[in-house]
Amino acid sequence: MTTVTDHTDDGHHGPEKGLMRWIKTTNHKDIGSLYLWFAFVMLLIGGAMAMVIRMELFQPGMQLSEPQFFNQMTTMHGLIMVFGAVMPAFVGLGNWLIPMMIGAPDMALPRMNNWSFWILPFAGGILLSTFFMEGGAPAFGWTFYAPLSTTFAPDSTDFFIFAVHLLGFSSIMGAINIIATVLNMRAPEMKLMDMPLFVWTWLITSFLLIGAMPVLAGAVTMMLTDRNFGTAFFDATGGGDPVLFQHIFWFFGHPEVYIMILPAFGVVSHIIPTFARKPLFGYSSMVYASASIAFLSYIVWGHHMFSTGMPVAGELYFMYATMLIAVPTGVKVFNWVSTMWRGSMTFETPMLWAISFVFLFTIGGFSGLMLGIVPADIQYQDTYFVVAHFHYVLVTGALWAIIAATFYWLPKWTGKMYNETLAKVHFWWAVISVNVLFFPQHFLGLAGMPRRIPDYSLQFADFNMISSIGGFAFGASFILFTYILIDCIRNGKPADARPWEGAKGLEWTLEPKAQYHSFNIPPTKVLIEQESQNS
Amino acid sequence: MSKLMSRLGGLIVMVSANAFAEYGFNMTKGVSSVARDIYGLHMMVFWICVAIALIVFSVMIYSLIVHRKSQGVVAANFHESTKAELLWTGIPIIILVLMAIPASSVLIDLEDTSKAQMTIKITGHQWKWQYDYPKEGISFISNLKQGSKDVIYSGNRHKNYLLEVDNNLVLPVDTPIRFLITSNDVIHSWWVPDFGVKQDANPGFINDAWVQIDEIGIYRGQCTELCGKDHGFMPIVVDVVSKADYAKWVSKQQAAKAVTLAKSSKTWGEEELISLGQKVYNTSCASCHGITGKGIPGVFPALKGSPIATGDIKKHISIVLHGKTGTAMAGYKNMLGDSDIAAVITFERTAFGNQMGDLIQPAQIKAAR
Repeated sequence: MTTVTDHTDDGHHGPEKGLMRWIKTTNHKDIGSLYLWFAFVMLLIGGAMAMVIRMELFQPGMQLSEPQFFNQMTTMHGLIMVFGAVMPAFVGLGNWLIPMMIGAPDMALPRMNNWSFWILPFAGGILLSTFFMEGGAPAFGWTFYAPLSTTFAPDSTDFFIFAVHLLGFSSIMGAINIIATVLNMRAPEMKLMDMPLFVWTWLITSFLLIGAMPVLAGAVTMMLTDRNFGTAFFDATGGGDPVLFQHIFWFFGHPEVYIMILPAFGVVSHIIPTFARKPLFGYSSMVYASASIAFLSYIVWGHHMFSTGMPVAGELYFMYATMLIAVPTGVKVFNWVSTMWRGSMTFETPMLWAISFVFLFTIGGFSGLMLGIVPADIQYQDTYFVVAHFHYVLVTGALWAIIAATFYWLPKWTGKMYNETLAKVHFWWAVISVNVLFFPQHFLGLAGMPRRIPDYSLQFADFNMISSIGGFAFGASFILFTYILIDCIRNGKPADARPWEGAKGLEWTLEPKAQYHSFNIPPTKVLIEQESQNS
Repeated sequence: MSKLMSRLGGLIVMVSANAFAEYGFNMTKGVSSVARDIYGLHMMVFWICVAIALIVFSVMIYSLIVHRKSQGVVAANFHESTKAELLWTGIPIIILVLMAIPASSVLIDLEDTSKAQMTIKITGHQWKWQYDYPKEGISFISNLKQGSKDVIYSGNRHKNYLLEVDNNLVLPVDTPIRFLITSNDVIHSWWVPDFGVKQDANPGFINDAWVQIDEIGIYRGQCTELCGKDHGFMPIVVDVVSKADYAKWVSKQQAAKAVTLAKSSKTWGEEELISLGQKVYNTSCASCHGITGKGIPGVFPALKGSPIATGDIKKHISIVLHGKTGTAMAGYKNMLGDSDIAAVITFERTAFGNQMGDLIQPAQIKAAR
């Protein structure tokens, strides 16, 4: 690279060579890849913890861990999967795809983009380092309810608080960047209602992040001062209230749930029309449904707290508000089914993941509706029924969409095609094993098994063993997934610029492997309308 | 296709689950009106979900079979229908309202504790339950039974493993009972599925719940809010007896209390103190400080060679009685009697190589209270 100060020259240089490319990069594609690889590594670490959990629960009795270590496993598994795997993976997808989908050359704030990624490995490192401290890693659940996480937690908890702060910075900066990019960097001729659904859902998600993450930061800051500076926000002996913690946590936590699922809705809304060779049904109702879900997500947090002793009026309100979410979510499912209806479908790997997403996410939605009914929730609360529910929406929902997106856009990222046969084997392996893993957990919860217990009585033995076997098989499927990805990157056959017959979207108008700097000249109105999902 | 079969298979399993409720597929019908109402709501919502799933998934499966490129289908181009969208917004709203009506009435009933004729106070501790009968003057701690503790790491695990305690909560049948639920340390949750009662025990606050149990029998439950290391090891066992048997049990407990009081005024010998002390230590102290007194570094301090257990007796008595604020160490003033506390302190100062050789008498504890 020459020392040219003329900015018009920027479009012609390539990336730096070697490690410095990744440390110094401000390119949205590089940063997208960094996010995705980070998320993948975290997925494997969090997954390894899940394997330890399922091994311990394979049969009654304590076999390979101590109760305290088991609690560390469930806590860190949850934290790493939510903050380390699912959220960064979607930010990675957003980084890669949003500029290409809106005809922009890059993200609006590229240097901040670099920073918001590079915070993550440090935050993750600090979180994981607590395993090696006296007192061990956090063992109070990923929801870290006070006072178990304040008065009763080891000193390493302060490192956990710091890590959560860093993760929050990163997420907020990522969200600001996406809002700035979508609103300012869009091709001049692209109207908001021309934007692809993935961009819409990410825009809405960004507002959720900006609203929710500071609340989480507030919660951990109050924890910090309760632990170290003599305040008593969550301590009744000082005039505080431990239930206040739960209100604050879930005021963050419920929007967080939709932060993890809205971009997934976006992904599926791209894949289904492509392989049905038919325009997305109800584009505008999809946009409005996403916005309604986002709004409702801020006013239903109390449904996580029905057993805390909330007054009846509060319980009734949160029940009604929660049930309302079924309406826009239903609209989405009906729209996807209508998109398939009278289409001309083929079943390449991304489509298989997307269809199974619709089936399995809907099952998670049904158990969610059941959980919203307060009296029934009294029996479900904190049992394996809840565990089954949120794994159906987060694994076969959010993670499924991430994997679907990976296969769908991999040709555009690498310019190469993955091995379709192996990918299909991987899909069937994963989809069968994941149901063996999580479906029996519904029965366990209904039969009375509490969550977060390292050992259980004999009546729960059979379903736990089945669930663990499914878990090991599902865990092993990621070995094949890793192989397929590396095989594609190294040996994949060259892909077409538009590898999927029915695919629409500006990203497919780029070179087979999207060029390092794309859309230096904004796409024309004709091209935008031709590639719009809202046709 | 096999995908479709696997989903259908899943549905069949769910339906037949209902027929095999007693084998632990489904929620218990329970033994109280509240539990039965909850079960009814649960099944109603479940079948509504099954019906909606059947309709949506059938349409989808039909489409997946018929509308495929390999069948030579040319894609249609429709992508909007205001009529359809109004329909599938409106119908779910009506279904939801129909579900909300019975749910609201059950909720209002289960939260109304005003009809209760007797009161039990339940206090959660790390990791045991304390039951108080305020009117009858009975109070006791309920720990996981030693028989279960012995086989956690190895051995033959029996029926009711982890679901048995040393002192059952005893309640009369056919009586509306109010529970006042609180905690002494972290948040716990008291759950007996057969009663339809699950209520968090929050430190510093008192929650309530009620039940009227229709059948004599033994009912089991567990703590359902993560409360630290031994969250999985603090079960609940309720022995529901006839009203006559309950009255007998109450007078027996009151008599036993008088005996314990008398014992605490005599002077105890070393052997007596240490053998009782070891027993008390194993049920009340060992879950944190460890059977061998080594604790867990960074989480729970060791007693072996600790400055308290090898230092001033007064300080030792004070910490056991009153706990240490800002830590997990609870005060045992209201949980253990004078003899138990005297014995356990004697034991702690003698065992783990502490070799202090002090004998603490119940009278000293009584004086220190």
